[in-house]
Amino acid sequence: MGKKLLLDQGSGGLASHRLVADVFVRHLGNPILARMDDAALIRPKGPLAVSTDSFTVDPIFFPGGDIGSLAVHGTVNDVAMLGARPLYLTCGFILEEGFELDDLDRIVASMGQAARKAKVKVIAGDTKVVPRGAADKIFINTTGIGEIVVSPAPSGHRARPGDVVIVSGSLGDHGLTVLSHRQGLSFEAPVQSDCASLNHLTLKLVKGLPVVHVLRDPTRGGLATTINEIAQQSNVGVVLEEQAIPVKPVVASGCEILGLDPLYLANEGKIICVLPEKHAAKAISIMRRDPLGRDARVIGRIVSDNPGKVVLRTGLGGHRLLGMLEGEQLPRIC
Amino acid sequence: MSSFDSLRDPDKCKAVLKLIEEAMQGQTLRFMEVCGTHTVALFRSGVHSLLPKSVVHLTGPGCPVCVTHDSEVAAYLELAKRDDVIIATFGDLMRVPGPGGGSLKKAQAEGARIEVVYSPFDALAVAKNNPGDKIVFLGIGFETTAPTVAATVRLAKEQGLSNFFVMPFHKLVPPALDALLSDPAMAIEGFMLPGHVSAIIGLEPYRPLAEKYGIPAVVAGFEPLDLLQAILLMAEMKRQGKPRVINNYKRVVADEGNPKARAILYEVYKPGDALWRGIGTIPGSGLVMSDAYKPFDAFDALGVELKECKPLPGCRCGEVLKGIMPPNQCPLFAKACTPATPIGPCMVSTEGSCAAYHKYQLDLSPGK
Ligand code: SF4
Repeated sequence: MGKKLLLDQGSGGLASHRLVADVFVRHLGNPILARMDDAALIRPKGPLAVSTDSFTVDPIFFPGGDIGSLAVHGTVNDVAMLGARPLYLTCGFILEEGFELDDLDRIVASMGQAARKAKVKVIAGDTKVVPRGAADKIFINTTGIGEIVVSPAPSGHRARPGDVVIVSGSLGDHGLTVLSHRQGLSFEAPVQSDCASLNHLTLKLVKGLPVVHVLRDPTRGGLATTINEIAQQSNVGVVLEEQAIPVKPVVASGCEILGLDPLYLANEGKIICVLPEKHAAKAISIMRRDPLGRDARVIGRIVSDNPGKVVLRTGLGGHRLLGMLEGEQLPRIC
Repeated sequence: MSSFDSLRDPDKCKAVLKLIEEAMQGQTLRFMEVCGTHTVALFRSGVHSLLPKSVVHLTGPGCPVCVTHDSEVAAYLELAKRDDVIIATFGDLMRVPGPGGGSLKKAQAEGARIEVVYSPFDALAVAKNNPGDKIVFLGIGFETTAPTVAATVRLAKEQGLSNFFVMPFHKLVPPALDALLSDPAMAIEGFMLPGHVSAIIGLEPYRPLAEKYGIPAVVAGFEPLDLLQAILLMAEMKRQGKPRVINNYKRVVADEGNPKARAILYEVYKPGDALWRGIGTIPGSGLVMSDAYKPFDAFDALGVELKECKPLPGCRCGEVLKGIMPPNQCPLFAKACTPATPIGPCMVSTEGSCAAYHKYQLDLSPGK
């Protein structure tokens, strides 16, 4: 068995220093972090987009990613959704005493890799080790800082009747992967998280089309919750076409078995983009040229009817409300 | 096209919709889908929004969470307070409000030990891993889930486990339908029968009902075409005046049901009276432990009793479950009672009628 994390290693003394040097600086190092002052000195050009998020996923390793890459992608994506170029990340770790050092190393290495790919620098960090039982293995908090490159910045308040809703690819992959692994279920075809940093794609989008009204990544609560938030923030109605919404067959059938709705499952590598209809074709062609947007398509429209509500037109031509998720989705009992 | 896709084919569905309109011949038909999964399927697929106005749709008592009685909720919440007890349950029960406003979720926040499981067999594993504690599985569900719970109890006996118990809150569908039909306030003119329950019990238990009350009944699947065909068959039987029980879900339901599952079920349980929320006691509509399995009965072994509870003030669950009132006509619907602040279980269960109306119906105003 590998070495386990000791309480000492979070004490701030020599053991902590060694952990920081061996694990964190080795994988995340850059000239700003290497100065090791109490705070990092940065000179962004402003206006800035700032976002923070804490990551507590179970299981910590899953097909397509792990809690480390997720902590980078998640925050990079939140910053990117304001049409910003993410530049810096800070990260705080809360680690449970006894956590496998090899696992920590693997997670931090994966963070380093994700950060390099997203072209963001980790410029400050913190580590605490808490007694066994006081935390579940590992919690990571990341804060992202980015420069806004378009004005006005895309925002959930800017959807207008006459806009279309575009999604960059299939939905529910991350949520089903994590849920099925938590339950120890495996499906005939493998499911994999879509966990990825979307900032390069969003940058191409807002630079090519400064008219983008809304950019959002449909994470927890999935497409349904995010689109409801947009409808409420902008006080507009949304009509989505069920048949146009991309869901992989393996995700659809996995959801069928578990009694889950893929429209409410989390995504970690997808974009919802709202913009005037006349720019839809260009937005889709920009997205499709990027591997992360290969399956981009229009899934619905912004309307003035039913402000604040989302209506789903079903495959049969019927309709129903697509509301927000209340609590957690639970597998069926009957 | 897979057979699955063809059950969702818009053209086929539209053709059946047209036939339904013809079969209605100007009459209105009040049909009830017994099963909560059907309620949700009707809304989710959009079929509900396409049906002609002459088809009056009533939701029935077929959500196992919704029919769990206040007294039963109070009993398990009481048990959850004991230090040596771990409650094992399906997740659906977590947010169901109890008589005093408590719930398993709140009990858990206050320190109760509760394990959400996906199969009763998982509860057995909890029992093995916690030999010093008493594991109580909340056995709710109809004929669909009861055989699996029975199989778990049998396995517990074979393995000599003495710390595993079940609270048998199971309910049986046919006696409840009989009770509904015998109520003069009801005016049901057709039953969409539950697919999963029927897969276990087959058609036989429904036949006396169709004869006694002259009511058309169709066992239906959960795809749009299944739902529409069931409505068409009911409308046609009504028009022809020839009510009977039809199995229109043969790809899953055998006419004779699943005798093996029934054998396990009636080895471990025997029929007994049961309390239904909003309806009261229905004779022979529940399951109690048979003598050989009494030691696994949480009521017996842990000295639990069902105590009378005041019904939740204002909640009209009973009328909703009986199809007398559509959910959105309950005065509390979408006002005091929402999925976030449920007053009755029909608003929190994933299969509850109030939850389905709230979740899927565009217009929340009464009577629509
Ligand atoms: S809306 Fe709420 S209070 Fe009214 S019947 Fe349904 S669950 Fe009960």
